[in-house]
Amino acid sequence: MCLAIPGKIVGISSDNQNSALVEVAGVRRTVDLGLLEDDKPKTGDWILIHVGFAMSKISEQDALDQMNTLRALGESEAALEEVRGYGLGEGENRKAG
Amino acid sequence: MRFVDEFREPELITKTADEIRRLADPKRHYRLMEVCGGHTHAIYRFGLKDILPDNIELIHGPGCPVCVLPMGRIDDGLSIAHDSPVIFTAFGDMMRVPGTQGSPLEHKARGMDVRIVYSPTDALKLARKSPEKHVMFFAIGFETTAPSTALTLMRAKAEGLRNFSVFSNHVTIIPAIRAILDSPDMRLDAFIGPGHVSTVIGCRPYEWIAKDAGKPIVVSGFEPLDMLQAIVMILRQLNAGEARVENQYKRVVPWEGNRSALKAMGEVFQLRPYFEWRGMGFISQSALRLRDGYAEWDSEQRFHIPGVRVTDPKAAQCGEVLKGVLQPHQCKLFGRECTPEHPVGALMVSSEGSCAAYFNYEHRKTASMSLVSPTA
Repeated sequence: MCLAIPGKIVGISSDNQNSALVEVAGVRRTVDLGLLEDDKPKTGDWILIHVGFAMSKISEQDALDQMNTLRALGESEAALEEVRGYGLGEGENRKAG
Repeated sequence: MRFVDEFREPELITKTADEIRRLADPKRHYRLMEVCGGHTHAIYRFGLKDILPDNIELIHGPGCPVCVLPMGRIDDGLSIAHDSPVIFTAFGDMMRVPGTQGSPLEHKARGMDVRIVYSPTDALKLARKSPEKHVMFFAIGFETTAPSTALTLMRAKAEGLRNFSVFSNHVTIIPAIRAILDSPDMRLDAFIGPGHVSTVIGCRPYEWIAKDAGKPIVVSGFEPLDMLQAIVMILRQLNAGEARVENQYKRVVPWEGNRSALKAMGEVFQLRPYFEWRGMGFISQSALRLRDGYAEWDSEQRFHIPGVRVTDPKAAQCGEVLKGVLQPHQCKLFGRECTPEHPVGALMVSSEGSCAAYFNYEHRKTASMSLVSPTA
């Protein structure tokens, strides 16, 4: 819960500017942008996610490094399980591509 | 040290470790506390202690929200779902944490409607889909998760969704650090500051630790190199007789924190006069309750809460371990009565707890990964 999950914004809902489609290691889920009001990310940006909310914008390199850290900590599977669970596991696209 | 090869710039890790050995004055003993449970996990997982000189001791702090939650609060939360058509929702971390009558998962096996959610907004979504039921979200966490709970509550209020409430166990990190520093048996020299909590609160709230308590604090990332660099920054300060707040994790943590997140927390939460921390006792102004404007969405105001208090067994020495007076294995119960499978004390409960981390990585000694020995 303490560790953040890195993801890339692949789309933002036209109805709800706080609702972004985010890809994490091939899994796409909706993530909430409501806690980045002051510095709204856009499609293509990388973010750190906590419990379904984007908490900070980061660089692509930092995102890759963070995923690597999760992997080395043995937490990458748990992180992906969390991401798959967003939206009560009903997910938009189980796998991208 | 383990996993070195999996990170960028492994040679820089070696150089930084050399710098630590150069800076560590052999006549001194350095006691550094990492506040965050994520750091505790990383320190054991990566075997950082293997490359630190013997006179640098890492003390594991209170930053594991599951560990510091008193058992009585779990009983209180579950009591709400005992009666009436209430769905108990919580993060997965909470599901195996024992209350006096068993964990949420065990209650589920006995028929309670218990569901894992990965985001508070999913509890809200469940409430929208289940108008005949009441959905209670059992909220835990420090400032990393509290803003998400806050924004979820703002949405529930805006929608007028009345079959949703939050049982708030959110705690704040600064009062816990203060309690540790105020403790008469405190023997710390400096702090490794939490990474992701600081993305929300920024670095300013730590300034009193340097100015008033005279202890350096360096906010750090979670990679081995991050933590080693933070230790270098701390040693430089200690050797120069300085105490400042420094930010090693600038690439993620802005000095001012996340204003939107702080605003949401301020809108929804207020400080409780006091709150009990498992292993540490009551700490004043250390936890968040819902403001009166959110009374309708506050489980504690909507339901009768028994207010259960369960004291940890006297033999458990969690408080001493939390303050760095004892190392995990020096507790009388460690590895005997108290194990990750059957936790007696708070710190054995979650993988981020210092006793569980010590048990899993040191006690079991399963280290079979790529080992890099120190270049002493």
